[in-house]
Amino acid sequence: MKLVRIFACVLLLVVVAGSLAAHWIAPANYATQFRDELPNAGPSKAHWLGTDDLGRDRYSRVLYGTRVSLLLAPAAALLSTFLAALIGALAGYLGGAWEKFAMASTDLFLSLPWLFLLLMVRAMLPLNVSPFTSVMVTFLLLGLLGWSASARVLCAGAKNIRNSDFVMLARASGVGKIRLMFLHVLPNLKPVLLAQFWISIPVFILSEANLGILGLGVAEPLPSWGSLLRELENFANFSGEYWKLVPLGLLVLTVTSFQLVLSREGEVAA
Amino acid sequence: MMRKAHLLMLTVVLFASAAFGQSGELRFCIKNDPKTFNPIAVADDASETVRYLTGGVLVRVNRQSQQLEPELATSWKISDAGRTITFTLRPNQYFSDGTPFTADDVAFTVKQLMDPNLHSVTGDQFRSGKGEVSTKVLSATKIAITFPAPQAGLDRQFDQVPMMSAKSPKKEMAVLGPFYVADYKAGSYVYLRKNNNYWKKDSSGRKLPLLDAIKLDIQPNRDIELMRFRRGELDLINTLDSDFYDKLAQGAPGQVRDAGPSLDSEQMWFNQVPSAPIADYKKDWFVSQNFRRAVAVAINRADLARIVFAGHAQAAVGPTSPANKIWFNTKLKPLPYDTTAALRYLAQDGFQLQNGVLRDHHGNAVEFSIVTNASSKPRERMATMIQQDLSKIGIKVNVVTLDFPSLIERITAKFNYEAAILGFINTEMDPNSQMTVWMSSGENHAWFPAQKSPVTTWEAEMDKLMQAQTQSPDMKKRKAAWDRVQEIVYEQQPMIYLVNKNALSAVSTNVANAAPVVLRPQTYWNADQIFLRNNGDRSGK
Amino acid sequence: MKVLLRHTARLLLILMIGGFLAATLVRYAPGFDVDEQQMDSRLSNESVQAMRTAKAGEHNILRFYTDFVRSAFHGEFGMSRTLNRPVKELVGERLPVTMKLIGTGLLVGWLLALIFAVSATMLRLAAYDVFTTFLSGLLLCIPSAVLALVFVFANAPGSIALGLMVFAHVFRYWRNLLEKSYAMPHIITARAKGLSSARILIFHILPVSGGQLLAVAGVSVSLALGAAIPVEALCGIPGIGQLAWQAALGRDLSLLLTLTFLVTVVTLLANTVSEVVGSSFRAQEA
Repeated sequence: MKLVRIFACVLLLVVVAGSLAAHWIAPANYATQFRDELPNAGPSKAHWLGTDDLGRDRYSRVLYGTRVSLLLAPAAALLSTFLAALIGALAGYLGGAWEKFAMASTDLFLSLPWLFLLLMVRAMLPLNVSPFTSVMVTFLLLGLLGWSASARVLCAGAKNIRNSDFVMLARASGVGKIRLMFLHVLPNLKPVLLAQFWISIPVFILSEANLGILGLGVAEPLPSWGSLLRELENFANFSGEYWKLVPLGLLVLTVTSFQLVLSREGEVAA
Repeated sequence: MMRKAHLLMLTVVLFASAAFGQSGELRFCIKNDPKTFNPIAVADDASETVRYLTGGVLVRVNRQSQQLEPELATSWKISDAGRTITFTLRPNQYFSDGTPFTADDVAFTVKQLMDPNLHSVTGDQFRSGKGEVSTKVLSATKIAITFPAPQAGLDRQFDQVPMMSAKSPKKEMAVLGPFYVADYKAGSYVYLRKNNNYWKKDSSGRKLPLLDAIKLDIQPNRDIELMRFRRGELDLINTLDSDFYDKLAQGAPGQVRDAGPSLDSEQMWFNQVPSAPIADYKKDWFVSQNFRRAVAVAINRADLARIVFAGHAQAAVGPTSPANKIWFNTKLKPLPYDTTAALRYLAQDGFQLQNGVLRDHHGNAVEFSIVTNASSKPRERMATMIQQDLSKIGIKVNVVTLDFPSLIERITAKFNYEAAILGFINTEMDPNSQMTVWMSSGENHAWFPAQKSPVTTWEAEMDKLMQAQTQSPDMKKRKAAWDRVQEIVYEQQPMIYLVNKNALSAVSTNVANAAPVVLRPQTYWNADQIFLRNNGDRSGK
Repeated sequence: MKVLLRHTARLLLILMIGGFLAATLVRYAPGFDVDEQQMDSRLSNESVQAMRTAKAGEHNILRFYTDFVRSAFHGEFGMSRTLNRPVKELVGERLPVTMKLIGTGLLVGWLLALIFAVSATMLRLAAYDVFTTFLSGLLLCIPSAVLALVFVFANAPGSIALGLMVFAHVFRYWRNLLEKSYAMPHIITARAKGLSSARILIFHILPVSGGQLLAVAGVSVSLALGAAIPVEALCGIPGIGQLAWQAALGRDLSLLLTLTFLVTVVTLLANTVSEVVGSSFRAQEA
C-alpha cells in the first residue's frame, strides 16, 4: 500500500507541477488555432495528443486546463464540505428545533430547481466579465449549493455521537459544548467529511463544464478539464481515437491518487 | 421444361417484387414531440414534418425544380391586381376517413386560417392588409378567395396550407395527403399509415404512396440518431450534422448526400438599440457603417466553412442564399477576407491600432461580447474563430453562450447584449416571409426592432422597397426591389452574413427514389414516391 | 398516529414553501416572458406581441401560486404551455416510466455499493482497495451524458447507467463509514474473539453506523432523480426527466411547479423513511 501511496503522491506532484509550468512546457498557446492543419487531427510530433475541433493543440489545453480545474475544484469542495459540517453536524449535535429546522431546509434545498438561480446569477453578471471572475463565481456557486446531501448524513452521524456514552461522560465531566463539538463530534465524522470532499472534486469539475451552457464557467478559449471531457459527448464520432481519452484518464488517475493520499491522512488521524 | 418455366416465373416474380415492391415502413427521427396535429397551427419542426407528410394542399412547390405545381387544385388564377385567387379543384376526392372534399372545405380552411386569435405562422403570411378575407364558393369544385390588399406571391403561399375537412367527425385528423396519423405515443413515436384515398398516381400509373407506413421516432439526440442509422434501424437522416458527414462517408460513401448550399444562413449582428443598457461609446461603434464593414471583412468565412462545417458550407453573401434560384442577387459576391481593408475602414472613423490593441478616438480599447445559444456547437465554434480573427485587428471578443430563452430575452426584450450570432432557417423562398426582419417596424428587425419611424435613410429606403415588393403583382418589379434590399444589406452590414450551411442528409441504400434537395424537407419531399427495396427487410443488416 | 400526523403536516409545510420558492425562481429567471417561436420571421408583429403578453397571467406570482395550489387540491395542475397538454396527463403517463427507471437504478447502485464497500472493508487488501477507488473514481469522472451514451451504444438498459452513477456517489460514503466502524475497539475485540463477519456486520456495525448508511441511501434518491434527466434524454426514455428538461427550457411554470412538488414529496419521503428506520437502529442499540 505504501508503494501505491508514494506513486499517488508522485503522480499528484507531477500533475500539479505540469500545470504550473504549462507556460514553459506547453508546445503552443491553448488558444492558438492551427488552421492550416486539419482540425481533429491525431497525435503527431507537433501535437502529442492531436488537435481539437478548432485545430488547437490538445496537450497544451490539457496542461492549462488542469491549472484551472485542479486549483478551484478542491477549493469549492472544501467550501461545500465546510458548510455541510457546519449545518449537518451542528443540527445533529444540538438536536431539537434546530435539527428539525436544519433538516427541513436541507430537504427543501435538495428539491428546488437551482438551475433557475444559476440563470439569474448569469443575468446579473456583466457580459464582458473576465474569464477568471466567471470561473471563480461558478466554483463559488458550486461550493455554496453542493452541501445538502452530506449534511443529512452528517446530521445522522452527529446524532449518534451525541447519544454515545463517551460524549455523555464528557458532558457530565463539564466539557463545554463547543469544545465537545470540535474535539469529539467532528473528528468522528471524518469518514463522511472525507467522502464528501473527495466526491465533490470530480463532480464540480464536470458541473463547471455543464454550466457552460448557461454562460457560466470557463469561457472560450480558456480550457478546463470539464470542457475537455465534454469532447467525449460527441460519442458517435469517436472511432478508435484513444488519445481523446487522455484527459479522462488523467482526471481519473488524479482523483484516485487524491483518495489514496486522503485515506492515508484519515488513518493517521484516527 | 415445366420445372424450368416455374423457376423462370419465380425469378421474374422475385425480381419484380424487389424492383417495384410497394412495401415497407420507412423509419426516421424527429427531434421532439409534435406540438400540434392541427395543420394551420404548426410552428415547430416536428409538427411541420407530420403536416408535410399528411396534409393535402391545393398547390405544391416542387422542392427539386422550385416551381409551383398543381395538386388538389388542377388550375388557379390570380386576379383583381393580386387580391383574388380562384382555384378549380380536382373532382371526386376524399379525405382519409372517406369524407368527400369540396370547395366548402377550402372555405372552411381559409376561415380557420384567418382566425385573428390563431397567431400562426401559416395564417400570418396571408395578412397583408387590414380587413376581412372573403371566400365565394362558385361550385363544388370552384372557389374564389379575396384578400383585403394585394398579396404578392399569393399562389405559392398555399403550399403551406393543407386542406381541413369542414364535416369530418375526425376534424384535423382527416387528411388528404399520402399518409395519415394512425398512432402517437408521447415521447416515443408518431406512426403514419398510407392513406388509401390519396389521389396521386406515378408516371407508370401506380397508385401512390408506395410505402405502407412511416414511423417517426422521437429522438432529440443526434448521436443516437446516427448510431441507429448505422445499425440499419433508421432509413434516413433528414438533416445530417457536418461533423457526422465525413465519418459516415468513410464507412458507407453511398449513403451520404450533400445537396449543396441550403437556404439557411448563419449571421452576426451588433446591437444598435439606442436605449440598450450598454456603454454609449460602444453604441457609437455599432451604429458606424465603417466599424461594421471592418468587422465583416476581418472575418475569414472560408475558414469558418472549412473548419466548423468541415467544408460543407459556403461563405454567405446576404439575406438570400445562392441556393434560392429565383430571388438571389447574382451581382453580389461573398466579402473577401482582408484585414488591411478592415483597418482602413476603421481608420476612417478614427480607430487606431496601438500595441496590438484597437482604440477608438476617445482612447477606449475595442472589446465586445458575442452571445449565442449554447445548444449549437457550430455557433460556439464560429464565435471562437471570430474571436481569433478579430484579435488580428486588435479587437478583444468575449464569447458568451446562453440557454435559448435567456438569449432571446436579451436580444428581443432587454437588449442587454453587444453582438449576437444566430441562424435563420428559411423554409420559404419568397422575401415576403422576411417582412418583419427588414421592415424597420418589424419585431424581428434584429439590430433595432420595432422602430416608430426608420432612424436611418437606408432603413427608410429598405422599408419602401419591402412595401413595394409585397404589394406588386409584377414579379420583375418585386425582384428588382428585393435585389436592391440585398445590396443595401451588403453595403451597410447591419447583419454580417457568415455562411450558408449545405443541406446534408443520409439515405440508406435500401431506400429507392430518394433525391435529397436543398429545400425543406430535403430528403422526404417526395415521400409518396419513395419505397424500400427488399420489402423493407431490416434483418439482413 | 400522532407521529404520522406530525410528519404529514411537516411534509405539507415544506411542500408549500418549496413550491412557492420554485415558482418564484422560475418566474424571475431570465427568459420567462419569451417564446422561442417569436423569432420566426414569418409571424406578424401582432402575433409576436400576443406571444409576449401570453404569460401576463403568471406575472403576479403570489396570485398565480394561490390559484395553482387551490386547483392542485382538486387534482388539477393546469396546462403545460410548451407541450400544449394538461400537466396531469403528461405527468401521469410518464411517472411510471421514471419510477421504474429510478427504482431499478437505485437497487443496482445500492447493491453494487454495498457489495464493494463490505468486501473492501472485510478483505482489507491494498490492491482491492485501489481497484474499488479507481472504479468509483472512473464512474464519477465520466460525464453522465457520456455514460448514458455508452449504454445506448451497447444496447444496455439506461437503468444500469443510472445504477452506476448512484454507486459512484454512494460507495465512498459507505466504504468510509464501514471502515471507521470496523476500526472501533469493540469490533476489533469481537473480531479477535472470532465472531463471524456476518454477525459483526448485523449486530455490531449496523446498529452504530446504520443511521448514517441509511441517510446516504436516502439522499441518493434525490441524486437519482437528478441523474434521470440526462439518462432519459439520451436513452430516449419518455419519463419525467425528459419532461423536466423540456419544461425548464420552455419556462413552463405549471409543469415545473408540479414536478417540483413531485420531487419534494419523493425527497421528503426518502429522507423521512431513512431517518425513522435509522433511529430505530439507535433505539435497538440503546
